[in-house]
Amino acid sequence: MSDPVAATVAAPHEGTEATPEPRELFGLLVEFKHEDDLLAACRRVRDAGFSKWDAHSPYPVHGIDAAIGIRPTILPWIVFAGGFAGMLGGLLLQWWTNTVDYAWVVSGKPYFSLPANIPIIFEMTILFAAFGAVFGMLALNGLPKLYHAAFHSRRFRRVTDDRFFICIEAADPRFREAETRALLESLAGDAVERIEERGHTDPPKLIMHVGLVAACLALLPLALAARAWYSKSTLPRIHPILNMDQQEKFKAQRAHPLFADGRAMRPPVEGTVARADLHLLGEDDHYYYGKIDGEWATTLPQRLRADVPGLLERGRERFAIFCAPCHGMDGSGNGPVRLRSDELGMPLVVKAMHEDAVRERQLGHLFNIISNGINTMPPYGDQVPVRDRWAIVSYVRALQRSQLATTADLSEEQRAERQRRRSGND
Amino acid sequence: MASLAGEIDNTSDDPRVRAPLVVGDHDLASVTESVARVAEAPRPPRAWYIAFAISVSALAILGVMILYLIFTGVGVWGVNNPVGWGFAIVNFVFWVGIGHAGTLISAILFLFRQKWRTGINRFAEAMTIFAVICAGMFPGIHVGRIWFTYWMFPVPNQMELWPQFRSPLMWDLFAVGTYFTVSLMFWYVGMIPDLATFRDRAVTRVRRMLYGFFALGWTGAARHWHRYERAYLILAALATPLVLSVHSVVSFDFAAAQLPGWHTTILPPYFVAGAIFSGFGMVMTLAVPARQLFGLKHLITMRHLENMSKIILVTGSMVGYAYLTEFFISWYSGNIFERFAFIGRAMGPYWWAYWIMVTCNVVTPQLFWFKRCRTSILVLFIASIFVNIGMWFERFVIVISSLSADFLPAQWGYYTPTLIDILTLIGSFGLFFTGFLLFCRYLPMVAIAEIKAVMPRKHRQGAAAAGEAGA
Repeated sequence: MSDPVAATVAAPHEGTEATPEPRELFGLLVEFKHEDDLLAACRRVRDAGFSKWDAHSPYPVHGIDAAIGIRPTILPWIVFAGGFAGMLGGLLLQWWTNTVDYAWVVSGKPYFSLPANIPIIFEMTILFAAFGAVFGMLALNGLPKLYHAAFHSRRFRRVTDDRFFICIEAADPRFREAETRALLESLAGDAVERIEERGHTDPPKLIMHVGLVAACLALLPLALAARAWYSKSTLPRIHPILNMDQQEKFKAQRAHPLFADGRAMRPPVEGTVARADLHLLGEDDHYYYGKIDGEWATTLPQRLRADVPGLLERGRERFAIFCAPCHGMDGSGNGPVRLRSDELGMPLVVKAMHEDAVRERQLGHLFNIISNGINTMPPYGDQVPVRDRWAIVSYVRALQRSQLATTADLSEEQRAERQRRRSGND
Repeated sequence: MASLAGEIDNTSDDPRVRAPLVVGDHDLASVTESVARVAEAPRPPRAWYIAFAISVSALAILGVMILYLIFTGVGVWGVNNPVGWGFAIVNFVFWVGIGHAGTLISAILFLFRQKWRTGINRFAEAMTIFAVICAGMFPGIHVGRIWFTYWMFPVPNQMELWPQFRSPLMWDLFAVGTYFTVSLMFWYVGMIPDLATFRDRAVTRVRRMLYGFFALGWTGAARHWHRYERAYLILAALATPLVLSVHSVVSFDFAAAQLPGWHTTILPPYFVAGAIFSGFGMVMTLAVPARQLFGLKHLITMRHLENMSKIILVTGSMVGYAYLTEFFISWYSGNIFERFAFIGRAMGPYWWAYWIMVTCNVVTPQLFWFKRCRTSILVLFIASIFVNIGMWFERFVIVISSLSADFLPAQWGYYTPTLIDILTLIGSFGLFFTGFLLFCRYLPMVAIAEIKAVMPRKHRQGAAAAGEAGA
C-alpha cells in the first residue's frame, strides 16, 4: 500500500483488541478511492437490504441518491411553511401595529393599505423561507452533532479531502459482524475497519461553568428591562445620555463679549412695559385683570361693548382653536384630547361649560381662569391676547345659555316654527 | 502534489471543448491542499501583514470618527440644510451596491448553472457580508442621536408608538436586514463542508475545536449532502429575488420622494444594474491580488476574470443606457424641474462629479470589448478601481445634486464634505478590508467541495490512479 496514512491505520481493530475493556461496536467502515467504486458498492449494500448505513464523500457524488435509495427530502415543504409564516407575520405585524395597537394616520392615508405594505411582507417571506431552508436542513440532518464515532478513525479524516467511505452501523437489524464484514471486503474498497463507540468526552467543566454564568448574566438586562416595563415608578426616567442638556447658548444674566455692554441679555426695547405693570399706564383693572375694586367683574369692560356680535363671533373662532380640543366644540367637555385620554386609561378631568360651578363664576373670574389656568388647565395668557380672552369669555356665556335654553329664549318666529313642527309630528 | 502549471490559457471559446475550470494537473487532494494551506500556513505572506496594518489603522480612524460624531453631533459633517443626506447615505448606497455581486455570483449564476462561479463565489460572498456591514453602519450613525436608532426596529418606543411601516426607510431596514441575514446564512451553509475539511486537517487542538464547532459535525454523509444540496438550491432561489429587491427598495428611498431627479420609475432597475456593476468591480479588485498572493491562480483562472469583465461590460453599458434614458425622459416629459435637474447634473455646480461618473462607469468598461484588455491583469485591475470610483460618484451625484437644488431657488445650497466625512469614508474601507483579510487568513477562501464537484472527471480520479500506479 503506497498511502502512508492508510498504512498506519490498516488494522486498527488489532490495536483496540489489546485494550482491556472491550468497547461497544458502532459499525464497520470501508474506504474507496474512486467515486465509481463507491457508487457500485452502494448499490450492493442497498440491495443487501441494510437501512442504517451511509456513504460519505468530500463532495456530493452524482447519482448516489439512486445508488443508496435516498428518497426526496421534505425540506421544500418546510421552506414553504417558513415562507408562509413570514408572509403572514409581515402582514399581521404591519396591520396590527399601525391599525390596531396604535392607529396612526400618515398623510391622510388609510391605516392599512396593502401596496405600501408589500415590500416588508416580501422581505419577511424571503427571510423566514431562508430560515426554513437552513434550520430545516440542519434539523433533518441531525446537525449540529459534534460527535460521530467515525471521527475516531484516522482514515476517516480524509472524507473531507479525497476519499470515499461506506459505514454500516451495528444498530442495523441486518447487521451480523462477520457476514457484514465479508460483504464489505468483497467490495472494491480498502481494508474494513471496526469503528467502536468510545463515548464522547464532555467539554471541560470550566467552560460549562463560565458559559452558565455568562448566560445568566446575559439575561439580567432583559429581566431588568421587563421589570421596568411592567412596574410603575415615581422616580424620573433614567437619563443616561445628556442629550442637549448642556448647550452652548447665551443665558440671561451671563456675560457675553459679543455686545458692547458685555451682557448676554439684551435690555428691552425703549418704552416696554412689563405685563404686571399695565395698571401703571393708567389702564383699568377691569380690562386687564377682570377685577373691579378687588372683586371679580360681572360685566364686559366698557371698551368691548360697542360690537358685541363681532366679539361673540371672534370668541367662537378662538374657542374652537384654544378651548375645543379639551372642552369640545359645544363646551360639554368631550374634546378629542379628553376622549383620547379616556382611551388610554388616563382620564383627564375636563369641566363642562354649563355645569353650575362654571355658570356661577363671574365674567372676571372666567377671564382670570383663561389667563392664569386652574387645577390641571394650563394658563393661556401667553397665547391669547386680552381682547380675545374677553371674546372667549363672552362666547362661553353664550354656550352656557345654549346648553340650558328654554322656550322662553326663542324668538316669536322660532316658537311658531317649533309649534308647527310639533303639530306636524303628532 | 501537483505543480502549478503556470498560466494556462483557458479563455478560448471553442464550442467543441469545454474550457476547464481548474487548470493544471490537479486532483482532489491538491485542490484541498492549495486552499487549506492558505489558512494553515504559520505565517501569511508579508503583503498580508502590510495590508492588514493599513486596514486596521483605517478601522481605528473609523472608530475615532464615530466616537467624535456621537459625542459632538452631526454638525461635524458637511450636511447642511438642503443637503441633509451627505456622505453617510452616499456611502450606504455604495456599500450596499458592492454587496450585490456576491449574491449574484452565489445565487443567480448558480441557478443558471454557471459553473465558473465556484472559483469566486466564496470570497464574493464574504465581500457581500463585509460590504453590508459597512452599509448598515451608515444609516445607524447618520441619525445623529444614535441611541434612538432602535426607533427603526419594529418595537414600540417609550411612548408605545410603533414605526411607520409605509415609509420606504422602513422597507429599507427590512430589505437590508433580510439581505444581510440571508447572505450570512448562505455564506455559512456553503462553508460547512469546507470547515469540516479544515477540522479534519487541523494539527492543533484549538484549531480542531474551533473549526470542529463551526463545522457542526459534518461527515459528508450522502443523506446529508442530499438535503444540503436541496437547501442550497432553495437558498439560491430565494436569494435571487431578494438581491433584486434590495437595491430596488434602496432606490425607493429616492424614487418615493418628490424631488426632481429622484422621482422616477427607472430608479429600481437602474440601481440594481449599477449595484451588480459596482459589485463585480469590487470582486475584481479583490480577486486579482488575492489569487496572486495566495497562489490560487489555478482555481481563480483567467477565464473567471474574463467572464467577470464581460459582466462588467454588460452592466456598465446598462448603467450608461440608464443615464441616457434619464436625460431623454427629462426632456420628453416636458417637466421643467426634471429638465433643470438633469442639465444641472451635467453642467451645474457638480459637473465634475457627473463627468467622473460617466467616464468611469460608461467609458472604462468599453475597454472590455477587446480580448486583449479582458485578459490583461493590469487592465482588469485598474479598470475595476475606476468602476469603484465611478459608482461611488454615481451615488454622490444622485444624492447631492438633487438635494442641493430643488423646486425653490431660495432653498438652494452647496454641499462640501468635511475632513470628518472623508476620514469616515476611508475608515469604512478599513472595516471592509480588515474583515476581508481576516477571512482570507482563517477561512476557506475558495469553495473546496464545490470545486471538486466541477473538476474534470479524470482529475477527480487522479489520486486513485496515482495510488494504483505506485502499488
